[in-house]
Amino acid sequence: MNSRRKLKIGVFKFASCDGCQLSLLGAEDELLGVADAVDIAYFPEASSAMLKGPYDIGLVEGSITTHDDAGRIQKVRKQCRTLITIGACATAGGIQALRNWVDTEEYVSAVYATPGYIRTLSMSTPIAGHVPVDFELRGCPINKNHLLEVISAALIGRKPNIPAYSVCVECKRRENVCIAVARGVACLGPVTQAGCGAICPAYGRGCYGCYGPMETPNTAALTAQLRVLGNDGNRIRRAYRGFNAWALEFRKAGEECE
Amino acid sequence: MSSRQEGPIGLVDPPSIGRLISALERRGWLVAGPTVRDGAIVYDRLQSIDDLPRGWTEDQEAGRYRLEHSGDNALFGYNLGPQSWKKYLHPPEVRLLEASRENGLLKILNQAEPLPRYAFLGVRPCELEAIQVLDRVLIGDRFSDPIYEGRRKNLFLIAVNCSRTAPTCFCTSMGTGPRARRGYDLAITEILEGGRHEFLIEAGTAQGAAVLEELHPRKAGPDDSGLAEKLTQRAANQIRRRLDTESLRDLMYANWEHPRWDQVASRCLSCGNCTMVCPTCFCTDVEDTSDVRGERAERWRRWDSCYTLSFSHIHGGSVRWSVKSRYRQWLTHKLASWIEQFGGSGCVGCGRCITWCPVGIDLTEEVRAIRETPARASTRRENRNGEP
Repeated sequence: MNSRRKLKIGVFKFASCDGCQLSLLGAEDELLGVADAVDIAYFPEASSAMLKGPYDIGLVEGSITTHDDAGRIQKVRKQCRTLITIGACATAGGIQALRNWVDTEEYVSAVYATPGYIRTLSMSTPIAGHVPVDFELRGCPINKNHLLEVISAALIGRKPNIPAYSVCVECKRRENVCIAVARGVACLGPVTQAGCGAICPAYGRGCYGCYGPMETPNTAALTAQLRVLGNDGNRIRRAYRGFNAWALEFRKAGEECE
Repeated sequence: MSSRQEGPIGLVDPPSIGRLISALERRGWLVAGPTVRDGAIVYDRLQSIDDLPRGWTEDQEAGRYRLEHSGDNALFGYNLGPQSWKKYLHPPEVRLLEASRENGLLKILNQAEPLPRYAFLGVRPCELEAIQVLDRVLIGDRFSDPIYEGRRKNLFLIAVNCSRTAPTCFCTSMGTGPRARRGYDLAITEILEGGRHEFLIEAGTAQGAAVLEELHPRKAGPDDSGLAEKLTQRAANQIRRRLDTESLRDLMYANWEHPRWDQVASRCLSCGNCTMVCPTCFCTDVEDTSDVRGERAERWRRWDSCYTLSFSHIHGGSVRWSVKSRYRQWLTHKLASWIEQFGGSGCVGCGRCITWCPVGIDLTEEVRAIRETPARASTRRENRNGEP
């Protein structure tokens, strides 16, 4: 196997909780294999040995919320041959994108004793809004198997198997009973991209939309059905305004409930 | 429809259904059948009569299912849950291949698990027909799917005739029920009338007759058979949903540009639920995976759906990018081109796609709407928008 050239990987963090990059460290059984196959050249969360770029693959976690980060992502992009964004923050702006609907300055003055110290952008935006992105890995957090799949595919030069269809496909393959139909639970599964393995519906909870909009989401039809199930506009808007609130289709769906 | 299978026939009491499960287990079958789980009646391993949904029934409508108490002791007082027998015969996920590389040598690891020998208890007549449909698709003259065929050939099938129907049922339109006509080892009719609770069991095969004999059934007379016939006839009379199959294939072909497709596409979620619950939808995708070290690879087959973009992805992109084209593909295949391809309709009238559609799209309504306002004479209009 070692005839293959080791890929040099950098892991970069922007506004985020670190959960997605931790899923790389959380891949316990596979971690030695990863370390064998790639050079983790820059990963401050894991190692203080930080090698300079350029990198073959840059994994970017987090959204852009400050002027400094807006500049830093440009430098990261220049250093990475392939740039992959990981997680809802990096691909959609994350939960912190809820600020995009409110007056950020007002919040800053309410929260901080000395608001003058805070310099922040009025919006939280995904990485792809700032630089070209080669691949987006969805989820809050991402599925570690997806990350391994993307790395393995890059090593071999094949297309990663990452589905773009609905959570329902995974839910049915798992033989779950549909909680929306059998119990009238509000579930975003039909408009949400698969990837989690339909965890929440398997435990009787409606899908929270952690993987963002699926390939062709019909949010208008789902919204109409959620109303039939007895949810008012306020509740439906809150359902769309989760970790992927600023993802285009969820954003529009939420605003249509205003 | 061919005439009914003729064979030994007898009457048994409710505990005999438990003895039936044990008798099948003793003969080496894994018994699968209806049981209550997560607010629905699903199919799972049965170990005793207590696993059956005694006293349970369901209320079904388009996009809605609720498990309810039936108020009696019926073992089979429900109609259909979300799952079909497809999950056993044509599993949702199968590993086709595992390979490893050691010292530069590629090794195919043949780790096929022994094939399970299933006995299905509680197969509704429409589902029995669905298995026949899958047989035509997956055990063809030229091509056979060994995964399906291996599971199918050792199957022991116990049909249960319907003495009630759900509002989503339309088997009478498709000629598939509510009474089993063929393809079973045993067929049961539950008789729960005037203080009487018995099961009329008919054997359709020699192995069915042998198992029936082991239950020491009471002799059934013409009155008993007549009552069973009456119960299923009563069920047939309850059915309100209808799919007019008259020249259905031509109707679908002539209306490929009908405005109704746009209307249904505005409601369709393209989530794929209808194809997953359909007892005859058989499409799969094959995915190769490899590990980070590049030392192991696997090939998996998974249920796919014609509602996904990747399903019709060819060089340059997906062929059916509009939801309209995907719904039309599914319905036209199911009701029309399936006939040319496999010699019969792909729909058995079970109504699962109606109940389990999260927004309650009803194919019988869609067909009716198209039939009521068919396309104008010129059906070969140019597709000006170039829409797939």
